[in-house]
Amino acid sequence: MDSQSQALTQSLLYLDNVSVVFDGFRALNALSLTIEEAEMRAIIGPNGAGKTTMMDVITGKTRPTKGEAVFAGVHDLTKMDEAAIAQLGIGRKFQTPTVFDMHTVEDNLLLALKEDRRAFSNIYWRRTPHEKERIDALLERIRLKDHRLRKAAELSHGQKQWLEIGMLLAQEPRLLLVDEPAAGMTDQETADTADLLRDIAKTQSVVVVEHDMQFVRDLDVKVTVLHEGSVLAEGSLDHVSANERVIEVYLGR
Amino acid sequence: MRGLGIIDRKGAVFLAIVLGAAVLVPASNLGLAETNPLHVSDYLVPLLGKYVCYALLAVAVDLVWGYCGVLSLGHGAFFALGGYAMGMYLMRQIGPRGVYGNPVLPDFMVFLNYKELPWFWWGFDVFPFALLMVFLVPGALAFLFGWFAFRSRVTGVYLSIITQAMTFALMLAFFRNDMGFGGNNGLTDFKDILGFSISADGTRTALFAASALALAGGYLVCRALVTSKYGKVLVAVRDAESRTRFLGYRVENYKLLCWVVSAMLAGLAGALYVPQVGIINPGEFAPANSIEMVIWVAVGGRGTLVGAALGALIVNAGKTWFTGMLPEAWLFALGALFVLVTLFLPRGVLGLWASLTEGRRKTTAPAPPAMPAAKPAE
Repeated sequence: MDSQSQALTQSLLYLDNVSVVFDGFRALNALSLTIEEAEMRAIIGPNGAGKTTMMDVITGKTRPTKGEAVFAGVHDLTKMDEAAIAQLGIGRKFQTPTVFDMHTVEDNLLLALKEDRRAFSNIYWRRTPHEKERIDALLERIRLKDHRLRKAAELSHGQKQWLEIGMLLAQEPRLLLVDEPAAGMTDQETADTADLLRDIAKTQSVVVVEHDMQFVRDLDVKVTVLHEGSVLAEGSLDHVSANERVIEVYLGR
Repeated sequence: MRGLGIIDRKGAVFLAIVLGAAVLVPASNLGLAETNPLHVSDYLVPLLGKYVCYALLAVAVDLVWGYCGVLSLGHGAFFALGGYAMGMYLMRQIGPRGVYGNPVLPDFMVFLNYKELPWFWWGFDVFPFALLMVFLVPGALAFLFGWFAFRSRVTGVYLSIITQAMTFALMLAFFRNDMGFGGNNGLTDFKDILGFSISADGTRTALFAASALALAGGYLVCRALVTSKYGKVLVAVRDAESRTRFLGYRVENYKLLCWVVSAMLAGLAGALYVPQVGIINPGEFAPANSIEMVIWVAVGGRGTLVGAALGALIVNAGKTWFTGMLPEAWLFALGALFVLVTLFLPRGVLGLWASLTEGRRKTTAPAPPAMPAAKPAE
């Protein structure tokens, strides 16, 4: 390894030359991307640009046809399954809020808490005061304290989005992948979500996939524009907005 | 583990009834005169015992279907394997009293010119060994099947179809004479169990009581599982499997554990069923049987355990009545029942009861305060 690639793999997340081909369709085409510790990055791009496939590769759902995906410099993500990658410290929020509808808000967080994930030991599990404290703190942070014992199914759309972010936080990940967190939210909720994510990014790395340009502007972070499975442009929102190709394929007139 | 905390009110009522029956049915059958209106007849005892075995089987099906979302259309296989393990013990107990008087070989083996006992019959003359096999054989099959199916992430209707194929394949295999399990006649003409005559009143009532205790025990095992954090994960797998995976849970291990426990409980139900009905044959593997089990659970109320047991009782009591009165109409009635329950009682009889009692409570209690939270933009 030369000194440059050595330096790159010091990044928290390092994707190099990643391609994913489904039946001849190139969902990702030699995509390279690095995310630093405690960095927030916004990913934008038209439909079919490969945003979701990229998340699938990072979280172990999809194996890349070729290329490298390394976490924290040592873990080869292309050889691990979803559960192992999640335990490593990568949390993922889906585009449509996916929570456990039949469980209470509290139990949703309990299941997400970073604890023993083995089946047998969970038969003998008993709630500890420490777990309760952590759940209390999370409920406070995602503003669902008054809804602790309600079933998740009864929450509003925005509250479900926040609950899912809370579940991600409960996992205490080093990297959060957040897919369209502001979808279906009111303006106020969108602004609050941007605040929450900025707060999270003080200690953890956050990758946000988003369509809502106002939201991306609120986040005020480095932006990566994907197009046809590879990086089209990277930089501040103003910088990429001025890029001719970006305007052509994504921003439009 | 968590002691009595696992029993809710519904469960307490259920256990009281089952354990009460374990005492009262034998007491009434043996202690009361036949003219007494409370006397449970000799005909009724094994019939009730059969229902109780079906109830345990339904609880086993509900554990995997109701809590883990795995719809098995092949649980009859585990039930039948448990039944065969018990049947093999009972065959060995016949000894020289068979038609051919062979002290070692069961009649069908003499008839088929077996010279010696096949290796897989070894040890079945010893009750503890046979009892172990009642759990181990269905458990091992479930483990093998589940290991491959869950690891390959076969889910939904595809999984249901291969469970069905599994029981169908076993049925065809057990129909063959050279399998060494009595071919299409199966195993029958049992004489005694643990030294007691199988047709004696005392034995029959004891078998009933044992079945009721097994139902109560099986219920408690399932309850302990579903009320634990493990059980919460199972429900999570049922409702959002990929979410559970991305939280770091190995979903296949969670499924496999409850699948194997369920198969073992089904095997126990089969083992208790066989001495009470006096026969086990490959018909128990028939796919239609396994589908019927799912209907019991649906009728009673999926994901409640108690409802599954109740459904087994209701449907089988209905079956006994129907096949006495209008035998040719039974399958139509069963089909209609399934359609009606699916359309109008998606939560089964127990769900209907719950919504009735909830409705009554709502009228007396003030409505919960409206949500102050902001609603999302439509």
